[in-house]
Amino acid sequence: MISAAQTGVPAPVLSVRGLTVSVRNGDGPALVRDLSFDLAPGETLAIAGESGSGKSLTSLAIMGLLPSALRSEGGQVRFDGRDLLTLPESALRDIRGGRIAMIFQEPMTSLNPVMTIGAQLVEALDAHETVSRSKARARALTALVAVRISQPERRMGQYPHELSGGMRQRVMIAMALLLRPAVLICDEPTTALDVTVQREVLDLLRDLQRETGTALILITHDMGVVAEMADRVLVMRAGQMVEQGHVRQIFSTPAADYTRELLAAVPRMGKGCGARPVPASAPVAVLRDVSVRFDIRSGLTRRVTHRVHAVESVSFQILPGETFALVGESGCGKSTIAKAMVGLVQHDGRIELAGRLRGSLDAQGRKALCRDVQMVFQDPMAALDPRMRVGDLVAEPLQIHAIGTPAERRARMFELFDLVGLPRDSAERYPHEFSGGQRQRICIARALALRPRLIICDESASALDVSVQARVLALLDELKRDLGIAYLFISHDMAVVENIADRVAVMYLGQVVEMGCRAQIFGNPQHPYTRRLIEAVPAPDPDHLRPAHLRPAGEVPSPIHPLGAGPVRMELRDIGGGHLVALPSSTMESAA
Amino acid sequence: MSETTMPPARNRTAGALDRLLRRKLAVLGMAIVAIMVAAAVFAPLIAPYPPAEQLFDGLTLEGAPLPPGGAYLFGTDLLGRDLFSRLLYGARTSLVIGLVANGIALAIGTLIGVTAGFAGGWAGAVLMRLTDLMMAFPALLLAICLAAIFTPSLWIVALVIALVNWVQTARVTYTETSALVAREFIAAERTLGAGPGRILFLHILPHLLPTVIVWGTLGISTTVLLEATLSYLGVGVQPPTPSWGNIIFENQTYFQSAPWLVFIPGAAIVALALAFNLIGNALRDVLDPTQRGRG
Repeated sequence: MISAAQTGVPAPVLSVRGLTVSVRNGDGPALVRDLSFDLAPGETLAIAGESGSGKSLTSLAIMGLLPSALRSEGGQVRFDGRDLLTLPESALRDIRGGRIAMIFQEPMTSLNPVMTIGAQLVEALDAHETVSRSKARARALTALVAVRISQPERRMGQYPHELSGGMRQRVMIAMALLLRPAVLICDEPTTALDVTVQREVLDLLRDLQRETGTALILITHDMGVVAEMADRVLVMRAGQMVEQGHVRQIFSTPAADYTRELLAAVPRMGKGCGARPVPASAPVAVLRDVSVRFDIRSGLTRRVTHRVHAVESVSFQILPGETFALVGESGCGKSTIAKAMVGLVQHDGRIELAGRLRGSLDAQGRKALCRDVQMVFQDPMAALDPRMRVGDLVAEPLQIHAIGTPAERRARMFELFDLVGLPRDSAERYPHEFSGGQRQRICIARALALRPRLIICDESASALDVSVQARVLALLDELKRDLGIAYLFISHDMAVVENIADRVAVMYLGQVVEMGCRAQIFGNPQHPYTRRLIEAVPAPDPDHLRPAHLRPAGEVPSPIHPLGAGPVRMELRDIGGGHLVALPSSTMESAA
Repeated sequence: MSETTMPPARNRTAGALDRLLRRKLAVLGMAIVAIMVAAAVFAPLIAPYPPAEQLFDGLTLEGAPLPPGGAYLFGTDLLGRDLFSRLLYGARTSLVIGLVANGIALAIGTLIGVTAGFAGGWAGAVLMRLTDLMMAFPALLLAICLAAIFTPSLWIVALVIALVNWVQTARVTYTETSALVAREFIAAERTLGAGPGRILFLHILPHLLPTVIVWGTLGISTTVLLEATLSYLGVGVQPPTPSWGNIIFENQTYFQSAPWLVFIPGAAIVALALAFNLIGNALRDVLDPTQRGRG
């Protein structure tokens, strides 16, 4: 452990000794056990770990915000010469927000939806200092300017729902830094944000820390974020510290096996192996000029006045046995394409699946199509009926399509369990009795039941811990090799895509802006948006240098257009070897 | 052999019943209901007196009803009839109303609510506006109108009560169904090729069960009392046929001097509602897989 004296930095601003958190009146194991660390002024300490490792509970214990069912049993949290664990609530209130501030993962739930941004900032200031109304407003405005929000004056009068996710998180940061706290705790501050927005927020946090000298505790599961932000790293697992050390030391010579495993599981850019050659054969899916628009009705007569152009004239094809990745940020229309392909939303244009045109099919034909095209959703818990046993869930597609006798279906169900690596005796259990990774295996087994030719994976690994994610991705790859299934892999994570995709299409605002094989997209990105996406990925390497350029958080262009109007269609041009790039047009200027 | 490695499928229905019987409160509820059903069925054998007979010594010399104890277990009512016998026969009426009327109301309400929530569109809108209309209409007035059109008999009264009482169930099941339809697992089922019937019966109705059970148990006491109100207004079960509700209403003027005439049938109604509540709560927990292993 590196103590303050050894590194020659001043006395720690926050010092945690033997912190233990356990369930009140429970006799299970402690959720956080005997945790000790120091935080020097102005440094960034990253607490890294997977879900359930106790990293968030640690921050809540420091703030005295543990849920009532839990309590901190032992140890000390020394701040300003006092032990926070023994302070009365009234004294803690002064410290919370004022001296130690906190930023949570989801900015929308941390902001009051019925108060303007300005009012909330002023209120935060009011709670800790006695300042005049006009002075408070002026300071709130300065804070908004400091977090580089575009049009800060206007934002003061806006409500949280009027801002984008990145801007809301900037507001949270402004609010946290308003009182110049000595310690800022960020609990997964960028996990809910798009990768380009994450980049902006991380850059901002680092800059502000340099200016204000605030010590930062960064809680995250993302080793890329750790490498980029942290001075020191504390790795946690199952409530205990695995190791602690300087960021370079952790990444170059990790002492603990667990840290090594964790780092090995992180998908890295530039490590993708060469694309397998796919034998030329009839494509399993062909999309030609597919558009999806949603009507917005308004006025008394409920007339259609505007349309959301979610997907605008998208064309691509997927060959048997290949992984075709669709990447883009939230709201770019990538999931809508998936929904159109499985028939959950109406579309214009041609979608041809396994040689059949979706639009021309009757109910019987659409049902038959399900045997060729299956989907695996992002959140396996939401995609499984919680009242059914997982064995029944996996066998259900066979039952729906009347395949085999009950005994045969049962045998096939067990085969599928073996295939995805689930124990056979778990068939009688319910979805909630499984872990996230196991649940996703159940969903994959269900999708495989009908022996489909194409599986659409809509962010199927995004909600999982990295080590679990790596195993699920390996399973998908194995199934592709053994069964010759094609995947449409929808993701926002460029690093994951680079590791598993054969061909990639980049989407922005409902349109494809660049498409090509993996080497073309990642080795020679042409479109400015593609470059921006690739650059934004945090590299799990502390020595990685990136050009520093800060941009103010602006507004994302809207896909909503009045009736009759529409977005400018971008034409794709082949720049050689099937590498398609959109011609620069006016709509892209704001993104670039 | 792969056959030998396959774990056998458990007998699932037996498992649910087993778990239900392990809950003490549920067993208590079932015991109360069983006693009441037995009392209703065997009333002619148990009852010491005919329920409608005005007994010669059933009143004091001043003409006041007799208190509980003595020759009459629960005392006598204001006409000198044996209260115990009337309660036994009244159980027949009240159980029919509480179970049949309430059951029909639940069935109508669930049917309309689920159809409207699942179909959506204009069909759902029409059904829900109809429900709103029924909700706005005074239930009692409607019941009186309906009862006046048909000749009152026990079964007609049950039907009338059902036609008035389905509205709340419809509203609640509609809201829940429309929320369920938007859940992702329903979308997942659609991508598997599941038809509307399968989705409705296998993936939506089981989720509505807890709500329907709660409304069903709540409905027992309201329907029993609504029957009493109708009897009081002369459009319910016709006197001298006793029901727990009309015993209360007949005797309410004597509340100060002979409180047992109101308290004893009142206690019977409470016990009935409570028993169904206990069974309903236990059923809800037993049928919910996420509640396994809890109290």
